[in-house]
Amino acid sequence: MGSDLSVAYLMLSAILFAIGAVGLLVRRNPLVMIMCLELMLNAVNISFVAFASALDDIAGQVIVLFVLVIAAAEVVVGLGLVVAVARRRPGFTADDVKVLRG
Amino acid sequence: METAVFIVCALVVLAGGLGVVSARNPVHAALSLVATLFGVAVLFLNMGAQFLAVVQVIVYTGAIVVLILFVMMLLGVETSDDLETEPIVGQRVLAGLVGFLFLGAILLVVIVGRDSIITGAEASSDAISTATDNIAQIGRQLFTNWVFALEITAALLTIAVVGAVALARRPADPEPIPEPESMTDTGDEPLTAVPHEAGH
Repeated sequence: MGSDLSVAYLMLSAILFAIGAVGLLVRRNPLVMIMCLELMLNAVNISFVAFASALDDIAGQVIVLFVLVIAAAEVVVGLGLVVAVARRRPGFTADDVKVLRG
Repeated sequence: METAVFIVCALVVLAGGLGVVSARNPVHAALSLVATLFGVAVLFLNMGAQFLAVVQVIVYTGAIVVLILFVMMLLGVETSDDLETEPIVGQRVLAGLVGFLFLGAILLVVIVGRDSIITGAEASSDAISTATDNIAQIGRQLFTNWVFALEITAALLTIAVVGAVALARRPADPEPIPEPESMTDTGDEPLTAVPHEAGH
């Protein structure tokens, strides 16, 4: 793989991470916030695989597998929290739970 | 060819990402997320990570996004989010500024570094071989070099599942609804023949 394309992958990863971070800061719907987290995790995955292929090292791909598992666990727990809070107050936003108290 | 695929997929990924952030309807945001994740999967293929591309499609688009959509349907999401109200004054502007500074910092490092941006020893754990399959190589690594991390991850998944069940469990009703009279077994007259007595 050419060095130029590796740099392009890293730039794409940076842009995608920034989009996800801004979305996490701006949006208030908890489900959309979880999706923005997924965007950021995917940006990191892109850079891991880009480094793996640039350095010719399989470890980058193995770590991406772990990141996938962490993402799955995070989504499961996050959605559980969303369901638990939404049972008390339907249609809540992140501002409604800012004191972290029922 | 590789460059062309990269350009097309990068556009899909970025458009999907912007869609997630800017869509009013959360369901549209989820569908944009699917586009992004598919684009990332094709990028993985482009970089020679075939197994990860497949896993990306199965786990992310097949499981995670569908799970998010299920929860949306369960909770009955309002059709459009209120994007106008700003609970904290200047939050949008500050968030944009933070994102811009962050992006600028990373892009500056990448562009200035350019040819020397990727440092480190080549193939320090195991070189990507073209002779064996991608999946076989990853599997061998997982169960040799990374076996401890693999076990920890398994424990983490178990904890996450238990935690999710505990969180989503309905709290015990203060007044449970009584069973209808016809369902309760008063014990005085057997309504049906008891099957296990016939066997004796």
